[in-house]
Amino acid sequence: MPKQVVYEAKIEYLQILDENGKLDEELAQDTLTDEQVVFLYEHMVTCRHYDEIAFKLQRSGRMGTYPQNKGQEAAAAGSGFAARKGQDFLVPCYRENAALFLHGLPMQNILLHWMGDERGNLIPEGVRQTPIAIPIGTQMLHAAGIAWAYKIRKEDKAVITYFGDGATSEGDFHEAMNFATVMNAPCVFFCQNNQWAISVPREIQMASETVAQKALAYGAQCIQVDGNDLFAVYKATREALERARGGGGVTLIEAMTYRLGDHTTADDARRYRDEKEVEAWKARDPLIRTRKYLEARGLWDDDKQSKLEAKAKAVVSEVVKAAEGIEAPTFEDIFDHTFAELPDELVRQRDTGRTSSIGQHPEQAGLRV
Amino acid sequence: MANLFIVQAINLALAQEMEADDRVVVLGEDVGKNGGVFRATEGLQARFGDERVVDTPLAESGIMGTSVGLAMAGMRPVPEIQFEGFLGPAYDQLVNHAARFRTRTRGSITIPLTVRVPVGGGIHAPELHSDSPEAIYAHHPGLKVVMPTTPYDAKGMLISAIRDPDPVVFFEPKRVYRAFREEVPEDEYTVPIGKAKVVNEGSDITVVTWGATVFECLKALDELPEDVSVELIDLRTIYPVDVDTIAESVEKTGRAVIVHEAPKTCGFGAEVATLIQERCFLHLEAPVQRVAGFDTVMPYYKLELDYLPDADRIGKGITECLSY
Repeated sequence: MPKQVVYEAKIEYLQILDENGKLDEELAQDTLTDEQVVFLYEHMVTCRHYDEIAFKLQRSGRMGTYPQNKGQEAAAAGSGFAARKGQDFLVPCYRENAALFLHGLPMQNILLHWMGDERGNLIPEGVRQTPIAIPIGTQMLHAAGIAWAYKIRKEDKAVITYFGDGATSEGDFHEAMNFATVMNAPCVFFCQNNQWAISVPREIQMASETVAQKALAYGAQCIQVDGNDLFAVYKATREALERARGGGGVTLIEAMTYRLGDHTTADDARRYRDEKEVEAWKARDPLIRTRKYLEARGLWDDDKQSKLEAKAKAVVSEVVKAAEGIEAPTFEDIFDHTFAELPDELVRQRDTGRTSSIGQHPEQAGLRV
Repeated sequence: MANLFIVQAINLALAQEMEADDRVVVLGEDVGKNGGVFRATEGLQARFGDERVVDTPLAESGIMGTSVGLAMAGMRPVPEIQFEGFLGPAYDQLVNHAARFRTRTRGSITIPLTVRVPVGGGIHAPELHSDSPEAIYAHHPGLKVVMPTTPYDAKGMLISAIRDPDPVVFFEPKRVYRAFREEVPEDEYTVPIGKAKVVNEGSDITVVTWGATVFECLKALDELPEDVSVELIDLRTIYPVDVDTIAESVEKTGRAVIVHEAPKTCGFGAEVATLIQERCFLHLEAPVQRVAGFDTVMPYYKLELDYLPDADRIGKGITECLSY
């Protein structure tokens, strides 16, 4: 038998709203309504302000390390908006604040998390998401497992999980893609390719031209989208989620975006990346282009912008107040959620941990008190 | 009542829990059509279908990580890791995720999973098929760790584990999977996690052990002079350890020997010895003795019986402790 091609593939790239705020009307059909774009723009601006305040809280010693989301708001908000609140499940990394808030996470939770308070991870009843994930890539397997449960129970729900370009080097990414596709679990893998994994650029992270093509090895579908384009992100994610719910398989979405800030407040990106590159991406800021689009359609003006900024300021100020005003956690809080029912030894440690050096009553050991 | 080996008792427990609760799913490498390499899941896929008894891809982190997700979504996953030596790739998902979710979400997300893992040496297996890593998992807060040794206990404790609201590492001593049969009730029953069992009552010395070495200890007891009265405790649960049963016994006997397959240094025997020292210091008539695996890599099988504590070594430990 002669040599033959047994597999061929193409990777599509989708952009609907370009850097100048110009919309491809045809591709934009049946995507976002004017009201929805206004709503999402307002949400993104609020999240950007939240991000800036979080940064300042860290710098002024009122909060611990914080990873800025700046520049990635459209990827998070567009995809989060495509998922159905209260039904689909979000399994995030840590640069998806805009998606998590859309799905009902109280805004102070993220601040509490970075203030070193586990109550920030308390997911309220009815909110369908896991807390932000700090180690890289491990959460994708949880997403595959949740989606697998939906498939077993024949529920009309899907899961979307978020991760960065660096996470695709982790074994768990590959195991999660493989499990999800083998089980045909309704799971969407959303890669925020922000070009940098702390100091390591994409071209050192991987030899493949795209992240998207990694899906092909697992029999998943894939698409690359302009991650700073609200319309493209929304459309690709909505289609992927619908397909997943309908039993049509797993999709890997590679959203091309950029981390405008440092990796975290403990990082200084000037050590490893060129300011010119940052400047070029600033011009592609999702907030700027969405605003341009809205203004061109007569849906936005300076007056609305200043009102929005004032409102965002007020909202975030209340959130900071709530996060900083929460009562201090107690010593007992260290123990009380280790198990549903605490073993005797843990009860002893909890009850005596502040009064005895050995975590038990000294007299139990025959010591004179 | 049925006369069953441990591996059959485990199979019965799985079948009954799957029957009683449709949230229970069994997953792992070769657990479906093949019924597991030790046949612990034999017949389950034929009975419950391939959506609930699932042959997974060959990826331990994937098995554990998706089990965490299944548990989050309200299922009761019972993953199998084929041998304890393959827990390595699953370690991160088990220890850093399954064990921590309840704490880090203040109880809003919980992970009720039971991971079954054949454990220990003595079956002439290839490398990385014969280790005893129970202390590693007992050291990690948020996990319960059990190792039943008899068919009756295995069935009752597996049912307890599956019903437990928290992650349980269920070690199955593979050396005794088919060592002996025991009458096991057909009905469902539970044996509580966290309770040790006094296998043999005695007054001169306490021997604490778990896993396959329970049987080596029984052999050692047979070979000791008749006037030596040994209290033998099968710990059954590693964490949370039943210190009360141990302390009650040592307060009576004044002497203790701890026996386990795992390497001596930082083996769980070290914890048991410390607990005895904390609770029974004024009752002790001799230093607590440990008879354990050596602090070496588990040898290939030609030498495994030289490595594992046997009746002879255990007998020596008891005699030395008694003669102190």
